[in-house]
Amino acid sequence: MAAVYPLIFAALLFCVGVYGVLSRRNAVLVLMSVEIMLASVTINLVTFGEIAKARGDVLLTGQVFALFVLAVGAAEVGVGLALVLLLYRNRASVNIDEADLMKY
Amino acid sequence: MSDYAWLIPALPAVSAALIVFFGKRLPKGGAEVGIAAIGLAFLLSVGVAVQVFSANVAAVAQVPHAEEEARAGTEVAGLGAPGGLLAAAAEPEEETIEIPAGVSAFVRERSVQLTPFGGQYGFEAGIRVDGLAAMMFLLVCFVSLLVQIYSTSYMQGDPRYTWYFALLSMFTASMLLLVIGNNLMLVLMGWELVGICSYLLIGFWWEEKANSDAAIKAFLTTHLGDVGLMVGVITMWSLFATFNIGEIIAAVQAGTQAGGAALDTGLLTFGLIALFIGAIGKSAQFPLHTWLPDAMAGPTPVSALIHAATMVTAGIFLVARLYPVFSASATAMAVVAVIGTITLFMAGLLAVVQDDVKRVLAYSTISQLGYMIAALAFSYTAGIFHLFTHGFFKALLFLGAGSLIHAVHSNNMSDMGGLRKFMPWTFWTFLVGSLALAAIPPLAGFWSKDEVLAGGLEAGGYTGWLLVVLGSLGGMITAFYMTRVMWLVFAGEFRGHGHPHESPAAMKWPLAVLAVPAAVMGFFNLPFGTLHSRGFAAWTLFDLEYFTNHEAHFFLPMALGTTLLAGVGIVVGTKLYRQVPEREPMLELGPVSGVLVNKFYLDRLSTDLIVRTLVRTKLANAAYWLNDHVLDRTVFLLGVGTAKLGRGTYTYADQRGIDGTVNGLAGGAGFLGREVFRKFQSGNVQLYAGGMFAGVFLLAVLFATAT
Repeated sequence: MAAVYPLIFAALLFCVGVYGVLSRRNAVLVLMSVEIMLASVTINLVTFGEIAKARGDVLLTGQVFALFVLAVGAAEVGVGLALVLLLYRNRASVNIDEADLMKY
Repeated sequence: MSDYAWLIPALPAVSAALIVFFGKRLPKGGAEVGIAAIGLAFLLSVGVAVQVFSANVAAVAQVPHAEEEARAGTEVAGLGAPGGLLAAAAEPEEETIEIPAGVSAFVRERSVQLTPFGGQYGFEAGIRVDGLAAMMFLLVCFVSLLVQIYSTSYMQGDPRYTWYFALLSMFTASMLLLVIGNNLMLVLMGWELVGICSYLLIGFWWEEKANSDAAIKAFLTTHLGDVGLMVGVITMWSLFATFNIGEIIAAVQAGTQAGGAALDTGLLTFGLIALFIGAIGKSAQFPLHTWLPDAMAGPTPVSALIHAATMVTAGIFLVARLYPVFSASATAMAVVAVIGTITLFMAGLLAVVQDDVKRVLAYSTISQLGYMIAALAFSYTAGIFHLFTHGFFKALLFLGAGSLIHAVHSNNMSDMGGLRKFMPWTFWTFLVGSLALAAIPPLAGFWSKDEVLAGGLEAGGYTGWLLVVLGSLGGMITAFYMTRVMWLVFAGEFRGHGHPHESPAAMKWPLAVLAVPAAVMGFFNLPFGTLHSRGFAAWTLFDLEYFTNHEAHFFLPMALGTTLLAGVGIVVGTKLYRQVPEREPMLELGPVSGVLVNKFYLDRLSTDLIVRTLVRTKLANAAYWLNDHVLDRTVFLLGVGTAKLGRGTYTYADQRGIDGTVNGLAGGAGFLGREVFRKFQSGNVQLYAGGMFAGVFLLAVLFATAT
């Protein structure tokens, strides 16, 4: 089935995003990796929407949901960048290894 | 009325408790509570007596033969019984009289089953009201009431006045419990309770060592007998599997024992003699009589109540209570007769040499108790009738003696004399009591003592003749020593110190009231046919069969003979003591005096030989050694062992085991938190996120494999 390619692509993209979140030191890059994960999930939604359409769904639910996710993702990036900006203002650095005030 | 009979012992018991707790705050120190309670109990007992006695008379009237016998008896008496003595003695045994169906003597039993340990181990607590119990209620309540009134004056100003009245109430309650109990366990309880009250009252003035010694002696001596009583009660249980007196009597009359087997007469005799040993102790019979004269150490009203009228008659009451059972064993009855006869004669002789007026009366009491015991061996009615009359006139004599002691502050007759003009009330009432005791007709003592001797004469046999001969001689001795007391106390010049005076009203009136029954009580049981079956003999029976087969007899020659002997006693006494002799003639009889003064060496036997030689040297040392080396050692080792065990438990089980576990758990948790789990809280967001992803991955794998 042709749908398996976008799904595998989305899974790989998700893994790239996870790797980025866990390995980058720069908060901006971490935020970008999160966005990559979100994008992979959006691809998933579109793919499942196509599958549903093939089975008779006329409302294009998956595609519509993808649009919502993009909108919410934009808002989330706004919040995330604001957090990074504040972090930078307070510490003159965006290295998240140094932002460990909540340790023991 | 008899349904409320349980109130009779309950009232004084309640008053005893009230006096103990509130007596000191009351205006009369608790005496009024005791007197009110016993007064109510006396009224109740009169009501019970009226009901029981009239029911019994009605029952007797329905037995046809008793009426015929009665008429025949009247004729014999009317003829003056020519040669009656021999004729009666030779008379063949009367035939058994059939009792009409449905007619029986009055017996009311009510009981409750107490099962504190579950249904299997029940204990019956109940009352048995019959003629005998009703008679005892009357006697105990009446004497107790008068003694308590008397005591308000006699004990005035005593530091333990309230406690004294509490004890009197407690004693009265115990005695009534003993009387009312319908099974041997209750009787035993009452028996022990009167024993402890007697002990407390004899030693009432315990500041003097002699008094507390006397109390201990009385307690131990009577308890020697109580061992026998317990053995007897247990034997009765083993025979009949019941403590209920009515059931025991029924079983004996049916000739069966528990399980329906034929009665084991050998075991029954053993049990009865064991019971009688209890009676020997309590009723001061030979050879356990030695405690009673010493018991005079107590206050005199106590002697009147406990050691003359009531407690010492408990033994007689016990034998009377089980009379049909005792009748079943000729051997037991012979023992009863012989012990009683020995006691009555021996104690009478001892009374002759005493100087202490209370001791004279004490020995006289022992002697009269001997008459009762011996009488019971032959005739139920004679025994308890003598108990009844003796209760009144001996209480009268003791209260009179108390009045004398109150006046001259001494127990000794050598400190009295000439008191007739100082104390006329005491004199006249004492005279009535003495004449009644000396069995001078027509006072109460004559009729009851005559019935005792007539019972012995009619029964015949060696025990019967022993009672007749020694009993008649005992009557002479009684008359002699009472004459001696009368002359020494009331005639001549006053030999004591100070100015004697008549006692106050609270002491005079009880004397006067007691003098009435002492004088006239005999007329309630005249031994003449119809009167007999209407009077005391019918009132107090609880077993018709026995009564109808034991007619009363009156033997004029014997009555005349005993009166003559009493007269001889009086004349001899008057001759010797009219002028107060320089030296006591009774102490001038050579070896005889020595024997009498030393009480037949019976006290020596028990104190010197048994106590000193055997108990104090051998037994006491053995007991000491046993105590020191075995008991103490065991206790010591046990103690040390326990201490060691405790210490071990503390060190190992508690400190190391339990505390160690708790501390270890806490320490472990602390270590984990401090050294291990702390590391996870790094504050590194990526580490947390990594953990989260790992967890999600793990869950995903788990779900995948699960489906």
